[in-house]
Amino acid sequence: MTKFNAWNVIKNGLNGQSYWTRQWRDPEPKSIYDVVIIGGGLHGLATAYYLAKNHNIKNVAVLEKGWIGGGNAGRNTTIVRSNYMMPGNHEFYEHSLKLWENLSHELNYNVMFSQRAHVSLFHSPGAKDSVSRIYNIMRLHGTDAELWDLKTLKKKIPHLNYHNSRFPILGAAVQKRAGNARHDAVAWGYARAADTLGVDILQNYEVTGFTRKNGNIESIQTSRGIIKGKKIGFAVAGNTSVLWQMAELGNLPIESHKLQAFVSEAVKPLLDQVVVYGVGGAHFYISQSDKGSMVFGGDLDWYKSYAQRGNLPMVQDVAEAAMAIFPSLGRIRLLRHWAGVMDMTMDGSFFICKTPISNLYLNAGWNYGGFKASPASGWYFADLIANESPHNYVQNHNLERFEKGINIDERGAGPDPKLHG
Amino acid sequence: MIRINCPYCGERDHSEFSYGGDATINYPSLDASEKEWTEAIFFRKNIKGFQFETWHHSNGCRMWLVVERSTVTHEIKSVKPCHPNLQKVVENNK
Repeated sequence: MTKFNAWNVIKNGLNGQSYWTRQWRDPEPKSIYDVVIIGGGLHGLATAYYLAKNHNIKNVAVLEKGWIGGGNAGRNTTIVRSNYMMPGNHEFYEHSLKLWENLSHELNYNVMFSQRAHVSLFHSPGAKDSVSRIYNIMRLHGTDAELWDLKTLKKKIPHLNYHNSRFPILGAAVQKRAGNARHDAVAWGYARAADTLGVDILQNYEVTGFTRKNGNIESIQTSRGIIKGKKIGFAVAGNTSVLWQMAELGNLPIESHKLQAFVSEAVKPLLDQVVVYGVGGAHFYISQSDKGSMVFGGDLDWYKSYAQRGNLPMVQDVAEAAMAIFPSLGRIRLLRHWAGVMDMTMDGSFFICKTPISNLYLNAGWNYGGFKASPASGWYFADLIANESPHNYVQNHNLERFEKGINIDERGAGPDPKLHG
Repeated sequence: MIRINCPYCGERDHSEFSYGGDATINYPSLDASEKEWTEAIFFRKNIKGFQFETWHHSNGCRMWLVVERSTVTHEIKSVKPCHPNLQKVVENNK
């Protein structure tokens, strides 16, 4: 693997770029793996990487039904933040943010992580109180958080619509270390780094069934033959229920919903932050990519679906929210929009846990927030698989929490998956 | 846009309706075990394919409907009133 550094850039610049090696291999599967991760998205790749890096488990395969970066890894709005308040969640996402801060160096791959600040507008005194409480809890746990009054906000982002009488902007809750990253680069970076450590990335292997022996999963049937692993991990958010039922494990506290994201044509620098509209307002988030496109999204489509395509009422809804907060976007043209299928859980929090099958481990239920969680998700899922017991941060992120009454419900929305936005 | 054929109002855009959820949940008796209640409230089949689900015609007749819809293609096979007695009324009026 040719390392990315200044010396190699210059050398290859002089050699007609002919000495770069490919990013990862396309290997034939081995007869048996120590760990097989199903799902070659960001979480699966990160898990494989940290298994090799942190736990020295290198005989690992990642099975991907399509190609790396072709699922939800490439279907998100790339926002990274850690503004969570529930025990378990805030430590987890803060660790994730810390991993993001060093990710480009760690992977030797520029993931273009840009800490440009995440600005959540609030629109009523009640919303201000509510978000102040959350951001104070964050501060108490050592996460950066601050409130901007209207004067500061107007100075930082002068071109918001400050004359909206239905949802007046009163200020913003801000996390300055938050921002966004280039999603493809994260997938490729983890794939390349994992491959360098010996992980086999098997693309176009769609899982079609499991063979059980003595209660365990002995082998995995795929569209390209049988794969064997001593331990199996699911990291297939969006389709978790499908695999779960394939393993004859019954029901899950998950519904699959689709969330749309939108990208406009490229324009000159317009927005330096990630802006969310907002607390006590609509549900809309926007940032500008390095190419200049406005990247934005809103609510999910409100009905259960496995289709990776969005519906028009939500396009209208998001466009209306955009106009309400950013009237200057009025004549911008949409380049493309798409939908990703997400595991929406009954309390809006994820699962990193053991399962009723002793050699099967579950990573699922990422709701709206899978992208930012990828590094920590891989870190703690690898930790669970290697050490057989969950780290303190994720000890309640299991399937038993509902029966025990320890739901991790950030919004307090109750057991209706579509409401956990 | 999904078009839902409301038995009371006729075919309308799905934006007139609000999605309810899984229409096959049977809530257990009040003295049932915690396990059974947890299963009914929190756990779902999450079917990939045709499922029965409830929709509320919230911007129309405000009646609750049971819709058989594919979660992959969004094709709708049947739409019925939630209450079986109302189904009879609808059929008698045809």
